[in-house]
Amino acid sequence: MSYLRYGYVTGPVLGALWLVILSTIIAVAMSFATGDPFRPAILWSLVWGAIIGFGISQRIGDLPGAVMGAVALAGLVLLGMGPMIIGESASVWSRSLAALALGGIFIWSMEAILSGMPKAALSRHEFEEAVIRFLTGFGYIFFTAIVLIPFYVMVMTSLKSQQALLQNPLDFSLDWDKGWGLFRSYSELFADFGFGGYLWTSFYVSVLTVLITLLFSVPGAYAVARLKFRGRAAFSRSILLIYMVPMIVLALPIYIAFSMTGLRNSILGLVMIYPVTTIPVALYMLQGYFRGLPGEVEEAGLMDGLSRLAVIWKITLPLSLPALASVSLYVFMIAWNEFLLAFMLLDDPSKFTLTRGVAMLNSSEIPRQHLMAGAVIATLPIMVLFLGLEKFMTKGLTAGSVKG
Amino acid sequence: MTVTGPTPGFIEMTSVTPPTGRGALAKREARLAWGLLLPTILSVSLVVILPLLAIFWISFKPVGLADLRPPAPVLRESLRGRDGAYQLDYRIRNSSQDKPLGDVRFVDTLPDGLSIAGPLPEACALDDQTLTCAFGDVEGGWRDRFQIDVTLQGDPDALEDAAEGSKPDASAISDSILTNSEFSLENFARIFDGDEFWFVLWVTLFYTVFGTVGALVFGLFAAMLLNKSFKGQGILRGLYLFPYVAPVIAVAFTWITLFDPFSGSANALLIQMGVTQEAINFFGQRPLALIMVTIFEIWRYFPLSFLFILARMQSIDTDMYEAADMDGASPFQKFWYLSMPQLLGILSVLFLLRFIWTFNKFDDIFLLTGGNAGTRTLTVNVYEQAFAISNIGAGAAVAVVIFACLILFSVFFFKYVSREEGL
Repeated sequence: MSYLRYGYVTGPVLGALWLVILSTIIAVAMSFATGDPFRPAILWSLVWGAIIGFGISQRIGDLPGAVMGAVALAGLVLLGMGPMIIGESASVWSRSLAALALGGIFIWSMEAILSGMPKAALSRHEFEEAVIRFLTGFGYIFFTAIVLIPFYVMVMTSLKSQQALLQNPLDFSLDWDKGWGLFRSYSELFADFGFGGYLWTSFYVSVLTVLITLLFSVPGAYAVARLKFRGRAAFSRSILLIYMVPMIVLALPIYIAFSMTGLRNSILGLVMIYPVTTIPVALYMLQGYFRGLPGEVEEAGLMDGLSRLAVIWKITLPLSLPALASVSLYVFMIAWNEFLLAFMLLDDPSKFTLTRGVAMLNSSEIPRQHLMAGAVIATLPIMVLFLGLEKFMTKGLTAGSVKG
Repeated sequence: MTVTGPTPGFIEMTSVTPPTGRGALAKREARLAWGLLLPTILSVSLVVILPLLAIFWISFKPVGLADLRPPAPVLRESLRGRDGAYQLDYRIRNSSQDKPLGDVRFVDTLPDGLSIAGPLPEACALDDQTLTCAFGDVEGGWRDRFQIDVTLQGDPDALEDAAEGSKPDASAISDSILTNSEFSLENFARIFDGDEFWFVLWVTLFYTVFGTVGALVFGLFAAMLLNKSFKGQGILRGLYLFPYVAPVIAVAFTWITLFDPFSGSANALLIQMGVTQEAINFFGQRPLALIMVTIFEIWRYFPLSFLFILARMQSIDTDMYEAADMDGASPFQKFWYLSMPQLLGILSVLFLLRFIWTFNKFDDIFLLTGGNAGTRTLTVNVYEQAFAISNIGAGAAVAVVIFACLILFSVFFFKYVSREEGL
């Protein structure tokens, strides 16, 4: 690698690669935003990226040089010899926006990547710093893109019409003239497909699951964390084992048992099963937290003549409210997102949970935007909850989400 | 007082050993503990242990989806009138076409005002207003129909409602395949038969190994990106968790929409960029479908590894890095020689846990491809056998195989992972 460690080599190499990445990502973004054909020109990207990278590494022209470089790059794009090729159908506005964005962002980020790098021979340290800045930039773009694109497609598809989608699958631009008509698939889901009911069912099933889970797991977790009894170590280990039994293996006998007892196709059946799948996780998370609480406070309570149960209720629980919040959120998320059991056990559309309702929309007779609108309806509440209570949620995830 | 040696009393005191038996207090505590754990133990054994035992039982039984409803007698009763003469009409049959029923009988209470006028069939006997008919053992597909002349006193319509409203009580002894003592190894023979099983196993291993390693590598990369404080770090961290937090059904269908061969944006984009000439059927062709479901798995679970690794990274002492800086270590050296050894513990725990969980994963593949196009893993095979082919026994046999693998994994788990406390 030592032959790379010269400013006039590192600069052009990183510049060429970086321009390929940027032109690709801007072409994708512009395509998704406008539906017009934008595509990166890999060869031109390599050439111009190398030239500009060399320029920046040698500090040619400083600030005026940078501005000129950006304008030149934008001009090249508009002339059709730049790192990005724009189809005829694109409007002048979107062309110039894309060209200027590419020029400006490239010059600015390239300056940042190569900042402080000597013109000629580089130390290993300087070279790696530049490479790491390059990789960091790439990482941010890459991860943000892979996470955002599916959700962007989900939301935008739900607002389009079937014909528009088939005509140009890339065109996600919205027809603002429609006004509230944009949300037609949503209103149809609520009016004709009973999604209001599914939303409510999912909500109360999840809340019940949380309550029952806490009711069972708090005493259990306390026992494992605080009380001495034979088999305690074995017990806390076997809790983890239950994590590892796959749901599909349990779903089969549960399906059989429920079919024979008539619990299939009933919400009661779901409410009986869901908590049991979450109790081990909750118990495991809570006992870890209880162990971290100072035992002296509880002992003081015992001295004052409180019974163990009163100690749990009056001392331990108030102290562990943050943990209870994390566990509740995590359990709520599991119950809300649960699909397999709802899919296997519910047949009657009037009793569907939200995930089961969305699964129902996956048919060739129902247009795609309805399916995506259903997906948005299922995702939105959990996302709002997640973003609003991120601190608790993240804690819950780290503590309990060894489980898939 | 001079101390010449231990006093007799002192000797006596040291010879007192702590109580070996368990005191009343300890016993009470243990009782309380088990009492507190009882609801959990009961519910878990009902929903986890019992089904697991059931799976073993069923896997040795030739049972299909249709056998879940055992054969039973089906009886219809109606009161018909013609020209002032009335008849009770009974139709009875075996619900199963091929399974016999034993001791078929029914008991019907006739309403007041309705009395038997004609002769009773041989099978039936009348006691006051209670009609009992017994047919003995019958074959599969058996059916019978007979009429009994009756006279009515009172409003015929009301009596008709009363007669048809009082449901006769039909009973029979049926032999359920689930509870009898017939066992066979047919299910196992069937699932191990041929190359299919080995293909399923290979798909499962591919999916599990690459899904796990991929999620770890991407999680590590993402954690390194966010392991510094800058404006918007919190937002990005929240954003990167989206794939994991969103319901699987929503994101799976979004991927299907995105990669649809006809109306998918991904194909349109690839064609526009000149990568491909014609649309690619991402989820419908071998071996691309398997690669795609693995990528989906990585996409959905990298946030989890990222979260754990980031938490570990942030707890590493910064002094070490300062010392390394003084010694002139380069950034890559610092990562490789300082960070990596610290992360090895969490990485191995994550690897094992994610390995087991990816192995167990069902929803994702089921939603994306339904197990078609060479993506059938063991878990999908359970569903496929039990519900698509309606052979519950074979599905249970696959589940037993999965369970055997899991026992193998958990041995590893307890050997290596339980040492890593704090997960």
